[in-house]
Order: sequence, then C-alpha cells, then structure tokens
Amino acid sequence: MNPRALLLPTLAVLCAFAGGCTSAQLTRVQPWERAALADYAMRPDRDPLQTAMSEHIYFSREAATGGRGVGGSGCGCN
Amino acid sequence: MSYPKIHFIALLAALLLSALAPAVRAEVKVGQPFPDLAAYSLEGTLPERAGRVVLIDFWATWCGPCKTSFPYYAALQTELAPRGFTIVAVSVDQKAAPYDAFVKRLAPTFPTVRDGAQKLVAEARPPGMPTCYLLDRRGVLRLVHTGFHGEADAQLLRAEILKLLDEKP
Repeated sequence: MNPRALLLPTLAVLCAFAGGCTSAQLTRVQPWERAALADYAMRPDRDPLQTAMSEHIYFSREAATGGRGVGGSGCGCN
Repeated sequence: MSYPKIHFIALLAALLLSALAPAVRAEVKVGQPFPDLAAYSLEGTLPERAGRVVLIDFWATWCGPCKTSFPYYAALQTELAPRGFTIVAVSVDQKAAPYDAFVKRLAPTFPTVRDGAQKLVAEARPPGMPTCYLLDRRGVLRLVHTGFHGEADAQLLRAEILKLLDEKP
C-alpha cells in the first residue's frame, strides 16, 4: 500500500484521539462521583505505624528532624 | 470523489465531533426552571412542592460538610416550613446501605431521597459537594450555593429563603 494513502487516515485517528483527550468529560471525576476517593481506605495516613515509618524515612533522608509535623525543623523556611 | 478528498472530509468531521463533545453537557442555571424531581425515579417519597420555596440539597454520606449541614437544615425546616418552605435532600450515594444507615441514625426532620442512578445530579451538574439549589414558588432556580461552612452559610441561606418567601407568588 502507498504510504501516502495511510498518512491522512492516521492523522484523522490521531486528531480524534487528541480531541477526545482534551475533553473535560474524560479527564475530570465529577464531584458526585468521588465516593471511592473519599473512602477511608484511600487515606494515606490510615495506618499510624506506616505513617510513623514514612516520617522516619523522610526525616532521615532529608536530615529534617521533626519532618513535616514540627515547626522550625528542617530548612528553617517555616 | 478522490480518496485524499474523502480522507480530508473524515479528518474535518473527526475534529468537529471532538470539538463539540464538551458542549453537550447540560447544566441548570439561575433563572431557569429546575428539572422536575418526579421524573428521575428517586428512591424515597418526595414532598409536596407546588407553590412552595424549595431548597434542593445534593449530599452524600461520604461528604463531611454535607453531614455538618444537616442540623442547620433541620432548624430551617422547622422554622420556615409553616411559611411555605420545603427542603429536599437528594443523596447521590450509589450504594443504598450507607444511605439507609445514615438516615436511620440521624432521622432528619426534612425529606431525603436517593438518586442512586445519579441521573438527576448529572443533569444539575453541581460544582461541588454539597451544593444546594434554591427555587422560588414557581420552581425557578434563584440561587446556587456550593459548600457548607456552618452558621455563616446557614444565615446566608436563611436570608435568601426569607426573601423568596416574601415574594408574591
């Protein structure tokens, strides 16, 4: 098949996909559809032990004792 | 017609369709009649709304501010119902169990219904949760209020409701 004959159909399909991807309906979860996102299982701090471990790793790696929870720690920018 | 021409037309049609896609969304606007609640197969009993000022509140059991609003709405309903005011709390919970448990536990003093299929809410397209729609006695949308921040919002809504109650039908 002539490669030039394939060019336009390929362009048409690409444009259709690109147009679809910019549609707000495809990219946004509507406010009334957020039941799953609001579920307790979606909370990053639902496990206290996991949170403590993550904080420990964070302040060890960043040399920021107190991590996110204590004012005046870290870089001093707070 | 030559093949390149057909391809060019197909390309234009695809672009046109993709550009039109967001335009088909419906949204209820202030000054327009609100959709008839009876047409959406809502679970629960709808109260009498003809000739009354109606506040339609979209809420969900998973939404914290929605739950905060309930005691305030109960007070508004108790105070203003004799003057011709009605609240219809429309839950957008798709699952019946959390809705049933919440309504059983809280026993709201105003009518609550469930839009399990989310057809009404998809028509109204509230910008956030909770959102309430205040309708005048003719069923025309007069105010859209999103979010709920306690006493200040309750006072704001009360003032708007009183204005509509004072209007001649």
